Amino acid sequence: MNWILAPEHIREQDGQRVGGKGYALALLARGGFTVPKSLCVTCEAYQAYVSQTGLRERILLELNRKAFKDMRWEEIWDCATRIRNMFLRKPIPSDIAALLKDAIDATFKGKAVVVRSSAPEEDEAASSFAGLHESYLNVQGTDAILKHIAKVWASLWSDAALLYRQEIGLDVQKSAMAVVIQEIIVGDKSGVAFSQSPNDTSQGVIESVYGLNQGLVDGAVEPDRWILDRRRKAIISHMPAERKHRVIALESGVRLDALPQQLSKVPPLNTQEARHVFELALKAEDYFKSPQDVEWTFRQKDLVVLQSRPITTLSPQQVDDGRSWYLSLHRSFENLKEMRHKIENELIPAMIAAGEKMAQKDLSELSDRDLASEINHRWEINQKWTNIYWEQFIPYAHGIRLFGQVYNDAIQPEDPYEFIDLLTRTEMASLQRNQMLADLADRIRNMPSLEKALRSGQTEDIDPQFSASVDRFVEKFGDLTCAVTGGTQCQQDSQALYQILLEMAAHPSPEMIRRESTDKAALQEKFLSSFQGEQKKTAVELLDLARSSYQLRDDDNIYLGRIEAQLLAAVREASQRIDAYHHRGSNRKIDAELIEAVKSLDHRPPFQPPYQQKSGDGFMIQARQLIGQPAGPGLAKGPARVIQRTADLAEFKYGEILICDAVDPNMTFVVPLAAGVVERRGGMLIHGAIIAREYGLPCVTGIPDATRLIQNGDEVTVDGYLGIVTIGSSEL
Amino acid sequence: METSADIQNRLRNLFESQKLAVVATQTGGQPYTSLVAFVAADDLRHIYFVTARTTRKFSNLTSDSRVAVLVNSSINQESDFHDAISITVTGNAEEIKGSERQPILELYLAKHPYLEDFARSPSCALIRVAARSYYMVRNFQNVMEFHIDR
Repeated sequence: MNWILAPEHIREQDGQRVGGKGYALALLARGGFTVPKSLCVTCEAYQAYVSQTGLRERILLELNRKAFKDMRWEEIWDCATRIRNMFLRKPIPSDIAALLKDAIDATFKGKAVVVRSSAPEEDEAASSFAGLHESYLNVQGTDAILKHIAKVWASLWSDAALLYRQEIGLDVQKSAMAVVIQEIIVGDKSGVAFSQSPNDTSQGVIESVYGLNQGLVDGAVEPDRWILDRRRKAIISHMPAERKHRVIALESGVRLDALPQQLSKVPPLNTQEARHVFELALKAEDYFKSPQDVEWTFRQKDLVVLQSRPITTLSPQQVDDGRSWYLSLHRSFENLKEMRHKIENELIPAMIAAGEKMAQKDLSELSDRDLASEINHRWEINQKWTNIYWEQFIPYAHGIRLFGQVYNDAIQPEDPYEFIDLLTRTEMASLQRNQMLADLADRIRNMPSLEKALRSGQTEDIDPQFSASVDRFVEKFGDLTCAVTGGTQCQQDSQALYQILLEMAAHPSPEMIRRESTDKAALQEKFLSSFQGEQKKTAVELLDLARSSYQLRDDDNIYLGRIEAQLLAAVREASQRIDAYHHRGSNRKIDAELIEAVKSLDHRPPFQPPYQQKSGDGFMIQARQLIGQPAGPGLAKGPARVIQRTADLAEFKYGEILICDAVDPNMTFVVPLAAGVVERRGGMLIHGAIIAREYGLPCVTGIPDATRLIQNGDEVTVDGYLGIVTIGSSEL
Repeated sequence: METSADIQNRLRNLFESQKLAVVATQTGGQPYTSLVAFVAADDLRHIYFVTARTTRKFSNLTSDSRVAVLVNSSINQESDFHDAISITVTGNAEEIKGSERQPILELYLAKHPYLEDFARSPSCALIRVAARSYYMVRNFQNVMEFHIDR
């Protein structure tokens, strides 16, 4: 059976083999529309590839590590990253490649092409995968085309596609992908046309940009928009865009470029051209017997159809099955650069200033009422920054993901997270903090009298210099045993911090993984040398952006922690006053407003009891081996320390395995004491995983109910290579 | 009568057709069975499988290398009683280390390419069972033994 078909050989019964896009292109060609020269690689080639290479079962093993519904989006992204890397590292076997090569050579010799996805489930009226699978523009040479076919196949398993398929209930086991290879048409202006508007059945819509269509499709370039009357075929309105950019073709690949001044003043289409485009859309509608979404481009005077697919007659609200949200998971480079500018130049400085301003206020001088309103005020500030954190800082982590994908595409590393090594050892605030802690522990190590004083709890005997350093530390980073969120559970003194310091002092200080700087330089060189010219410039910029994104991933929490520390300082002041009145016989009556302000803040998360082992029917249940996500390579064994509440951190002992629901950066100070890290929350880029990687500790994330299934003191083995946690004795 | 070559071919065919085997280990006299993905050497002298080092079977076979391996062709149907072939292998298990490991790993992955991440993980051990005897059961209760000179 032929696995690569020219449009003239695609028959009606081939629809499922060539996918929606491939089939529509064949019909367009047959109907006399001007379309680019194309070939379609059928689903059988995909099936043969995944069977021969073992990828079919590897993908399913990866996706079935745990129930899909229990996976956080971050875990699905990790899953997709690993799967994508499998495709990148498994070349198409020579017997399959041989069946494709001749046709590709004969049709596209010396020509640049677009390699597009054409999944059988794509472009059907009920479900639209448009934009969820990848397309690669401007690819040259048969070998490069074959490589990009594998990349398009991989995009069947992207996070967005996985989520969307899950959402609309398609069976992942049956997923397959055909690929369209199409001669690239380097148009001067391009766009999409809806023969019928989803909002008004009497109207049609055209969107157009200068340059290639890519910019419009991925949202990087804002299009001009026309609304047309279907019956009269006349323009009703034109909404001009703020024309700044266009996507242009390079020697290989494409680039977003500034639009020349003279073009920015003129709409990409004149009235006559807009009508011409609309007539084409209507002609496609007439031909396919349903309203069409047509992608087109102008090559000088020639109007070329790139693809056409049905649009549903439903309004966008009715068809909103969340696809736009899945698409929004992927931020463009341009978008991320704007985010960075705002975060670095506005938000972070404002956040630091807000913390400092609060710190300057002398709380002891406030009246009860003023203290009550100060608490409320600080709560609002804290709330405001928490919201900004979620809305602005969290999405910026996409900078790391974008870099990861570009890195893996370029290098195809064995470890799909190798790219993180290029981002680490930046000056993260939490590492500075851990360094200060290590210094304090060092002083205890060298001063037996200090150790004795700390152990006995005789605070008056503590070396004043040491106390001053601890105060400076608390001022800078807050009390470690306060959680970032929801915490009014702070200790009244520094006893917990002393305990941690004593534990650190009693053991050799852990070495951070010292990756030789030459290694890192070599890695960077390896990455950058896979690009030339313009692309190299972009790669350098992207690496820089990813580093800033990686660093912020940690720092933002530290800054947020400082703001919360100020709220807690006010609460502590209030608690002391209330305590003095109730227990120390102070005569001063406390203002009711202050009591109310403190009360209203007390919303601790409910304590989750350990998993009930005895079911009452004679069966004992015990978890033995739990599967999560591998998040830091290595193997380690030790007693479990289960963190149920922040105060449990004070109990942490050297060599224990940290078991927690979610490590927040303000908790990571115990990581240098730990032998391994296990976290309920999943993902490679969560704080626990990042900091574990910095210290070279085995780490497994995404273990559901980790803190309930594992008990304090259980012997636990962390397999950070495979993402497995074993409870009970093992041979290690 | 079947020749030695006929029987060896039968064993080979069964081993090639089956992906999974049951491995029995023991600790303190308590037998313990596990399902593993296996591959057999063409000369039938060795059977190989991969296990994580944190498992009970690894712990058991480290302290007592004697193991039994069961491979069979049953398909969970009534017809299995007359049709299925079952082979029990007894022998000694040990981890393969050093330069021997790579070629065996390639052999293993050629049969189980989907286990690449698992088999290559530093936390997993590649185990060789040196077969001493084969016990082949056919036609419900016909049992033949084959012993390997070592």
